[in-house]
Amino acid sequence: MTDTLLSPPASTSITDRATTAGGSGTARAAHRAAPLLRVTDLKVHFPTGSGRHAPVVRAVDGVSFDVPRNTIVGLVGESGSGKTTTGRALLKLVAATAGRIEFDGHDLSSLSEKQMLPWRRRMQIVFQDPYASLNPRMSVAEIIGEALDTHKLAQDRREARISELLERVGLNADHRTRYPHEFSGGQRQRIGIARALAVEPDFIVADEPVSALDVSVQAQVLNLLQDLQRDLGLTMLFVAHDLAVVDYLCDEVVVMYLGHIMERGPTREVYARPRHPYTRALLSAAPVPDPRAPRSRILLKGDIPSPIDPPSGCVFRTRCPHAADICAQATPPARSMGPDHYVACVRLDEIDAS
Amino acid sequence: MAMALPSTAGGGDRWQVLRLLVARKTVLISLIVLVVLIAAALLAPYVSPFDPYKLSIMNRLKGPSSVHWFGTDDFGRDVFSRVIHGGRLSLMVGFSVVILASVLGIALGLIAGFFRRADKFVSRLIDAMMAFPDILLAIALVAALGPSLINVIIALGIVYTPRLARVVRASTLVIRELPFVEAARALGVPTYRIVTVHVLRNLISPILVQGTFIFAYAILAEAGLSFLGVGVSPDIPTWGTMINSGQQYMGQADWIMIFPGIAIVLSVLSLQLLGDGLRDVLDPRLRKEL
Amino acid sequence: MTASSRDIVLSVDGLKTWFHSRDGVAKSVDGVTFDLARGETLAIVGESGSGKSVTSLSIMGLLPKPAGRIEAGKILFRDRGGKHHDLAQASAATLRRIRGAEIAMIFQEPMTSLNPLYTVGDQIAEAVLQHEGGSHAAALKRAQEMLERVEIPAAARRVNEYPHQMSGGMRQRVMIALALACNPSVLIADEPTTALDVTVQAQILDLLRRLQAESGMSILFVTHNLGVVAEIAHRVAVMYAGRVVEDAGVYDLFERPTHPYTRGLLSCIPTAALLASRERLQPIPGNVPSVLALPPGCTFAPRCPIAEPACTQAVPELLPVWPEHLARCIKVTPQ
Repeated sequence: MTDTLLSPPASTSITDRATTAGGSGTARAAHRAAPLLRVTDLKVHFPTGSGRHAPVVRAVDGVSFDVPRNTIVGLVGESGSGKTTTGRALLKLVAATAGRIEFDGHDLSSLSEKQMLPWRRRMQIVFQDPYASLNPRMSVAEIIGEALDTHKLAQDRREARISELLERVGLNADHRTRYPHEFSGGQRQRIGIARALAVEPDFIVADEPVSALDVSVQAQVLNLLQDLQRDLGLTMLFVAHDLAVVDYLCDEVVVMYLGHIMERGPTREVYARPRHPYTRALLSAAPVPDPRAPRSRILLKGDIPSPIDPPSGCVFRTRCPHAADICAQATPPARSMGPDHYVACVRLDEIDAS
Repeated sequence: MAMALPSTAGGGDRWQVLRLLVARKTVLISLIVLVVLIAAALLAPYVSPFDPYKLSIMNRLKGPSSVHWFGTDDFGRDVFSRVIHGGRLSLMVGFSVVILASVLGIALGLIAGFFRRADKFVSRLIDAMMAFPDILLAIALVAALGPSLINVIIALGIVYTPRLARVVRASTLVIRELPFVEAARALGVPTYRIVTVHVLRNLISPILVQGTFIFAYAILAEAGLSFLGVGVSPDIPTWGTMINSGQQYMGQADWIMIFPGIAIVLSVLSLQLLGDGLRDVLDPRLRKEL
Repeated sequence: MTASSRDIVLSVDGLKTWFHSRDGVAKSVDGVTFDLARGETLAIVGESGSGKSVTSLSIMGLLPKPAGRIEAGKILFRDRGGKHHDLAQASAATLRRIRGAEIAMIFQEPMTSLNPLYTVGDQIAEAVLQHEGGSHAAALKRAQEMLERVEIPAAARRVNEYPHQMSGGMRQRVMIALALACNPSVLIADEPTTALDVTVQAQILDLLRRLQAESGMSILFVTHNLGVVAEIAHRVAVMYAGRVVEDAGVYDLFERPTHPYTRGLLSCIPTAALLASRERLQPIPGNVPSVLALPPGCTFAPRCPIAEPACTQAVPELLPVWPEHLARCIKVTPQ
């Protein structure tokens, strides 16, 4: 199905997150039935060599989740979880090996690079590294201008639009002729956000946007993202490893481990009552800035296995304190634990009983 | 988390690069020497005291004097004037070779670095060319094309292309994976623009550095070819041909060989030192700003 | 408990470490004072540019020469025999003797402090042989014991492995084993868990706590993560732009932060209280000043919500607000 250049994006109205997240049952059901993004059984495998039998890195190995409109969904996991690859696969920056990516009801999976162009206006990405995500040889005006020019936006009022975008992210419009190295890390990150906003997207993948920044600057950028999401009605996928930040910012959270989703659901719910053993261990391991906070540490034994040779069945079973033989048999299906709360574990009942 | 981008200075601060360069004494001296040599070469007709082609059998093989600063050669021609005019040609050859090698090298390097399938073929080609010693390959090419100034330039240009192509390819491979290139792809920027604006602009530094080295090698190579008699024809004054014709008078009239030799050493050394300085200035500066 | 009742092993007093470069003098450390007691973990907290890493390098004598130099101050260390040394003035030979044997250091990136060409066992054995002599076989045996102490499974086999054959968490454990091979009394840990995953970080912190309880060693833990500080530290020294701005016990610091910078830091991270109240994070406006051009007087004044003109007149002294709780701010302590 080929889509020609679309009319302006759908949800630009300011929508209060609270009502969509905690509204009445039917309103919520209707809202969830038409998520902005639906990922079904996404797989991304990277070959390690050129031979036909070269081992394959199963970075993402069967991931399904929704991103409802006007929400911020957090995607958390440790190294090897596949969260970064997932974020990039959604924007087709890496090729998916299998699975469906439905954006606003349209299946993007089989689109060619040329067909993707109009969709690239609607989905953008902000990167982790504020130093390497901007071309050091382009001025700020050129960087943002390129975004506008690629999609032929604001061509008659280009300079004004660039100034608008800079101010929107809290930067001085007079600095448009400067080059990236003249800005601090936090400012560079803002430039990256301005670039993403230039095409007026509905959806932004924020790939660990604050991990490389100082703590005091992180708060500045997080507040900016929160404001933008609210004011522009954006939908965001926030990829992160800092659980506290996800708790603060995200409406829903998806917990990944070794290419699979272990648990997903509303943030408050998952953090207050984590069901999956990995989620529990992860939350208990996160350092809390309060020396008097009670600590019931669940220490996992061993290391994260290699994504080239993941364990059979449930990939977490080699480190799970509740692992049993049944866990090796098949990948656990996502089991519903409550409204929009899914857990992939076959031994939940036994674990709860003990 | 500091990323090591292949040597780039931020745009818009060329003056700072220049300032850092001249802060180093060796580079400063090299720059001055080069400027003097190039100026002399450009202004040759006005600066040389005598006509380099003028024969004067009466004055042949005279040593350096106040009239003939570098003495005269076996035909009575003023060596100083010949060195200046020879410099004109030698520097012109060097410069042309750099241009030719750059055009070919950048094209090959970008293609190899950017397109994986082409890389297999282009890399093997580059490796094959680099397997030959420079001078031998140059001799073979000149022999095939015929000895003339243009053919020497073409031959040397081809000889030094792989050097540049390799550097461009290596940098391209790195730049291609950087987030700002991914960001451009995420925006939907067309590939040709990614290559020219994003990749090429960040290659300026390694190209500049390699270019100065190739300039030096080309001057040396041309002199070598001419000295061996397989380069430019001997009546055209280049530093190499002068040394060649001065051979037979070694011990008798050394000045015929020495002065062009010194000119070669000065220009090659200055270029090398400039290249070193450029490389030092352009690389760690980046690390410092990151 | 007053300062004199604490068994002080390392005492840094007025340390100033400056870097001389073409662009000027970078005053990375410009007045750092703290004490480290036996069996205690002192966390040095700061963001980039605070000088926390340069402080630990100064103590170890690992500053890049000739650019980096200790300009002033004392680093008093009490060695195993009870003798006091001023490491800021010590000879290269003394430093070499103390480094590794009495004060050890672990770093953020285990791959860069482990030599990829030698087996893990050989590297630990080298440290033992260097400081204690003895036979190679005995040193290797000690290496294996150390690997077991840091809870590396199958230590007998791992002793002959190379760093690249191990995961990040395991390499960090090897680095700890290497550091502790000669039973130092002080371990300096420079952001040892920053590059690790959360679950692995928890393991390593747990390991360090256990090793400290077993051996009574003191730990100087450099980090920027306040959560980690709350987990592992007994006392905390907060650094900003080269100076210690607050020094307190860990409970006291979190419950009664006094310096505006500390308070600012605590308000801009998502704490349980913040999440419960559903308030916004309060970022600290502005940026960390460049070490080449520090503001006059109190370096935090340009960003401080309660600054007044007197703050820029002179550098405030580090004075007690309460017993065992020091702050460098004229608005908080009477000067």
